[in-house]
Amino acid sequence: MARRAQPVSPWVGIIAAGFVVAVVIAAFVGISQRIETTTGLRAAEWQAVRFTVWQAFFSALISVVLAVPVARALARRRVPGHTLLVTLLGAPFILPVIVAVLGLLAIFGRNGWLNTALGVVGLPEVSIYGAHGVVLAHVFFNMPLATRLILQGWQSVPAEQFRMVGQLGLTPRMVFRVIEWPILRQVVPGAFALIFVICLTSFAVALTLGGGPRATTIELAIYQAFRFDFDLGRAAVLSLLQLAVAGAAAVLALWILPPIAVQTGRDRAVRRWDAPSPWGDAFWITLVAGFLLLPLLSIALSGLVGLFYMPFSVLTATWTTIWVACVSTVVLLVLALPMAAWLAQAKWGGAEALTLLGLVASPLMIGTGWFILIFPYASPTAFALPVTALINAMMALPFAVRILLPPMRQVFNDYGRLSMGLGLRSLALWRFVLVPRLRPQIGFAAGLTAALSVGDLGVVALFADPDVATLPLQMYRLMGAYRTEAAAGAALVLVALAFGMFWICDAWGRRYAAS
Amino acid sequence: MRGGGGMLRVEGLKIAQGDFALSADFAVERGRRLAVIGPSGAGKSTLLNALGGYIDIASGRIEVDGRDVTDARPDKRGIAMLFQDGNLFPHLTLAQNVGLGIRPALRLNEAETAQVRDALGRVGLAEFADRKPGDVSGGQQSRAALARVLVQAKPLLLLDEPFAALGPALRVEMLDLTSQVARDAGATVLMITHAPEDAERADDLIFVEAGAVAPPAPVGAVLADPPPALRAYLGR
Repeated sequence: MARRAQPVSPWVGIIAAGFVVAVVIAAFVGISQRIETTTGLRAAEWQAVRFTVWQAFFSALISVVLAVPVARALARRRVPGHTLLVTLLGAPFILPVIVAVLGLLAIFGRNGWLNTALGVVGLPEVSIYGAHGVVLAHVFFNMPLATRLILQGWQSVPAEQFRMVGQLGLTPRMVFRVIEWPILRQVVPGAFALIFVICLTSFAVALTLGGGPRATTIELAIYQAFRFDFDLGRAAVLSLLQLAVAGAAAVLALWILPPIAVQTGRDRAVRRWDAPSPWGDAFWITLVAGFLLLPLLSIALSGLVGLFYMPFSVLTATWTTIWVACVSTVVLLVLALPMAAWLAQAKWGGAEALTLLGLVASPLMIGTGWFILIFPYASPTAFALPVTALINAMMALPFAVRILLPPMRQVFNDYGRLSMGLGLRSLALWRFVLVPRLRPQIGFAAGLTAALSVGDLGVVALFADPDVATLPLQMYRLMGAYRTEAAAGAALVLVALAFGMFWICDAWGRRYAAS
Repeated sequence: MRGGGGMLRVEGLKIAQGDFALSADFAVERGRRLAVIGPSGAGKSTLLNALGGYIDIASGRIEVDGRDVTDARPDKRGIAMLFQDGNLFPHLTLAQNVGLGIRPALRLNEAETAQVRDALGRVGLAEFADRKPGDVSGGQQSRAALARVLVQAKPLLLLDEPFAALGPALRVEMLDLTSQVARDAGATVLMITHAPEDAERADDLIFVEAGAVAPPAPVGAVLADPPPALRAYLGR
């Protein structure tokens, strides 16, 4: 019996996947060494679990609820700067968390624009610190993501359907029932699930805006057990909790997580006959534009001033960040490309679940495990940067594989037989077929990884000693020392770095994009 | 001559795909041009894909040029195949696409480069070597694919309606060119077709219906007095 030949040997992909699993299992082994039966779960741990789930749920809920009217408005109106706004919706995803927090502080913080305005009209000031601040920051990051996902759903409606609406003279109510509701039912659960899972492993936001017993996520609790008490047993228990919570959520959410597509700026205007009064749409578009743009604007303004106050340490941290991001990106491509090729040919669709390991196994959980493993033999701080680079790559892996997989399937579908017939295999196949065909997606995935790595403030905070710092960590230290101008300057450098590295990779992908 | 003059020998071939099953038992003489004809969904493409090594077979034996290729990889079966579409990589030039037929690593020496140029010249594309498929017409794309068949120099050529999207005149032109290319390469040809007038240009005819493959018979004789199932398909 002949076995159907496959253009790419699955083994490299399986080895890559095995490596990822091994990294997680090793971390797990490290953790389990430190767990003692007497450690038990205290009230504080349960409080962290409750808060983690609570904030993730509300962050996802508010993001999605706000995203629906915004996506609807963007789908049926053309406003000046429409394309720019849709592009900007992609920005928060690669915006370094710490920078966004600084921007939000400038607007919603004690001396921020909002409180200044409230003070003028004699209203009491609001505080951004605490549980609602954490949710606010998560909405800032994820509402644009949800908007784009829902907008993509809306744009998948064929123009003919809207012509039909015009022909039949359907009322807005009927349009909602016939067209919009079915789309929302398809897209919204996936968007909600994705944001929920992302927020479960939130660390940097909780670190900067949360804290205290009422606003501590599990990730933050791990960090505190580490840095403040150096209680590895407690960190291990918390890591296990994080794994259980995120794992359960990911297993439940796996089947509805949406694919992530390269945003091609495909916001063609569909002529609509059903749009009611424009004022509602104008309100939503203004709201989201303000919510997105004001913090970004404040970063730009204060950052330009702050550039002159930056200490030399920012420069060395910048250099460190660049090479960590480069290593992360290379590691990601080495893992993601063979895995995607394997998964694209695999009959068993569940193999995709492997990529979720990156989401389930949180950075601090893996970091804790590896710290425990390294600690008896060497100084973990010596491994701070390599471990950071590796974990950053793993965190980007679920996104990268989901970006690469659909076009990879398409290439095998379109050119698999031709390649096999010509004997194109392994390196020749990658060089002449896969890489050229997938260039836009490879560039996008690489750019995303580089940007996420540049902005990452996670495991590096666990490992680093005062001499070693990536730029986000350095910026966090400057903020902690109340050197606000210097932090603002560093923020601007950080933004430029994240967007710059994303742009370089993405532009590489789009240039000579195969026709 | 190896294989006792038989270029393609199919013995007890069985394919099962869900509800669909196909079985075939036939042999083809060297140098013949065969038309594979039959209703949609009868299994024509399945048969060719199985011969090419692209789908699993349940049992049976396939011999090309006297060599058992049942378990061989698609590129080691002595078969060149043109599909309905996607015969050229859109991001490579026509010359590169043809060059892949000689060396999958595209490291061509001077003689091989000349061979590519020569093949393109013989299908009338000498001027278009550095164009990409998207920059030339559908007919020119078909010519480039045929140029690759030329350099591949395989003894058996399978055509799964690669010219279906072309207009009638262009299709006839391509079929003529294919015959010429096959003759130059000394290849035996199996081509799927829906059009009886195309079938008439072949030597022999294989009728496929509902997973049953009739052994090849001379076109003239079959079309003059078709069996009932073929008569029904032709609408006569």
